[in-house]
Amino acid sequence: MSAKIISPKTYVLVWLALMILLFLTWGASEINFGVFSPVIAIVIAVIKMLLVVLIFMHVRYSSRLTWVFAAAGFLWLMIMITLTMGDYLTRGTVRPQNKSIPEWKVDTESQSR
Amino acid sequence: MNIIEETHPPPPAKLEPDYLEAGHTVRSWLLTTDHKRIGLLYLFSIIFFFFIAAVAAGIMRLELLTPKGDLVLSETYSKLFTLHGVIMVWFFLIPSIPTVLGNFLIPMMIGARDVAFPKLNLLSWYLFMAGGMFALYAIIAGGVDTGWTFYTPYSSRYSNSHVIEMATGIFLSGFGSILTGLNFIITVHKMRAPGMTWFRLPLFIWSHYATSLILVLATPVLAITLLLMALERIWGIGIFDPRIGGDPVLFQHLFWFYSHPAVYIMVLPSMAVISELIPCFSRKQIFGYKFIAFASLAIAFLGFLVWGHHMFVAGPSVYAGLVFSLLSFLVAIPSAIKVFNWTATLHRGSISFETPMLYALGFIGLFSLGGLTGLFLAALGADVHLTDTYFIIAHFHYIMVGGTVLGFMGGMHFWWPKITGRMYPEKMGQLAALVTFIGFNLTFFPQFILGYLGMPRRYHAYAPEYQVYNVLSTAGASILAVGYILPVIYFIWSLHKGKKAPANPWNATGLEWQTPSPPPVHNFYETPLVVKGPYDYSPEEEERKLEERHG
Ligand SMILES: [Cu+2]
Repeated sequence: MSAKIISPKTYVLVWLALMILLFLTWGASEINFGVFSPVIAIVIAVIKMLLVVLIFMHVRYSSRLTWVFAAAGFLWLMIMITLTMGDYLTRGTVRPQNKSIPEWKVDTESQSR
Repeated sequence: MNIIEETHPPPPAKLEPDYLEAGHTVRSWLLTTDHKRIGLLYLFSIIFFFFIAAVAAGIMRLELLTPKGDLVLSETYSKLFTLHGVIMVWFFLIPSIPTVLGNFLIPMMIGARDVAFPKLNLLSWYLFMAGGMFALYAIIAGGVDTGWTFYTPYSSRYSNSHVIEMATGIFLSGFGSILTGLNFIITVHKMRAPGMTWFRLPLFIWSHYATSLILVLATPVLAITLLLMALERIWGIGIFDPRIGGDPVLFQHLFWFYSHPAVYIMVLPSMAVISELIPCFSRKQIFGYKFIAFASLAIAFLGFLVWGHHMFVAGPSVYAGLVFSLLSFLVAIPSAIKVFNWTATLHRGSISFETPMLYALGFIGLFSLGGLTGLFLAALGADVHLTDTYFIIAHFHYIMVGGTVLGFMGGMHFWWPKITGRMYPEKMGQLAALVTFIGFNLTFFPQFILGYLGMPRRYHAYAPEYQVYNVLSTAGASILAVGYILPVIYFIWSLHKGKKAPANPWNATGLEWQTPSPPPVHNFYETPLVVKGPYDYSPEEEERKLEERHG
């Protein structure tokens, strides 16, 4: 099995990196980058997650089977996000039969606010 | 009974005590790491929770005898159906078959001495019990009135009941589920006896493997959803309440991402049991082994793509509704594959009707009816008419009682001799199975009609024209109660007075029957070597012997 022994120093470094990234997240949220705000937040979150999964949880040093299971976790997360966004992103794209086109346009515009 | 009783070989010399004799102190039970004993700990716990939730159902059925709300206040009624739902779902149905029969049988069926992580297995039970205690506290302190679905923003902002305590209970027991799933997955990967290849695994194992995948992949989503709901309730952080910047439909997405697959956490283990019972009591090789095995995995996967069918009237986009409706129809395919394969197994088998088989046949019929009415609900247009009516109640009770509970009862009867070393009284068993089947149908079939006529769920009063069906349903519930209480009585009776069980009373294949009843502490005196697939039955052989016997 995963016999690789990781020195405590590595864990401390991972922890420090996570702390720095935490402050970065907070700092970035204080400044308004417009559309890039969420992008920056997500990029930092992904780096944090990779640190935890690959090093702290030893996936980097583990067997292929472990990789498969870790990947399955991501696939499932993607299923959840994709199908949920499939609802949010397509709201109001079909005109209800009881609304004329101008009425419906007014409706969708007020909704997207 | 047309199972041929073989002359039983004399039991092998006892090399170690059986697992029940191995210790009689409370400590020996509470600190055990033996998967068989942990299975029994779970058994006692879930039976306890089952009866609490059943009492709540009984009071509701009594209230519904008359159209007026004359027994309990509407607020109390809300608390009763929440109690019934929460306790039945998370403290009975989800743990039922996996943690009792799965725990007991998975290591034995693959020829292992225990699960991969025995201590983790015990921790699962403690988490489950800790969760159960929180839930009990929430009930005693005054109950919860949100319904088992905890829809926001009512649960997170407005309800004045004990939502946080109940959610904590579910949260904790969820971690018990995750650890159990993890344990099973690793056990199946790592602990198989020599020669036990993947396609020699009993279908019980395949189904439990699929269940474990769902437990591990879905339960964390429930945990985070309840946590977010609690954050909004305690600190007013706007996540689900639109008045503070949240989105209530998001809660439904997250909740059902867990709770639809949770239906398969309940049903797949029951299918696992049925796949063992049908070949044994028709003395026949299972039809389409690989189809059933892969159908389990397909159900586990497809089950994650359909949750939106619970939200058709919650205002999702038209496209999302279409996609979820279409995907929901797809889940019917692997379920139908299983039902057809079981039926094909019966064909030209040497069938007998012992108690476990009665439950199995009941399962096939009721699960089919439950599944097919699910298709009505998956159809967008029909769902608008039927949603939040008694049609839904009837549909999911056909799946959860007709499916899960009958599978659980069938399995308990089948493996009772193995678990306790005693036989239950066969005639009483058959009677109880029949009573359960009749009581169940009388309780829930009228509810299909009620729902179609438009009676909404979750009200303690209703329009007088619905009374006939409600009276039928309550009458059925009292018969069903007899069907549940009878087995409890004769199971306890059999512990002392039952006939001693041989190692293999059903002449079944499967490694768990190759070891004494009850099994020794480490399951097998020596690690079995597997040289053939499961279900090595021969109906022709069996019929020939029967003819010889009757001349
Ligand atoms: Cu569903």
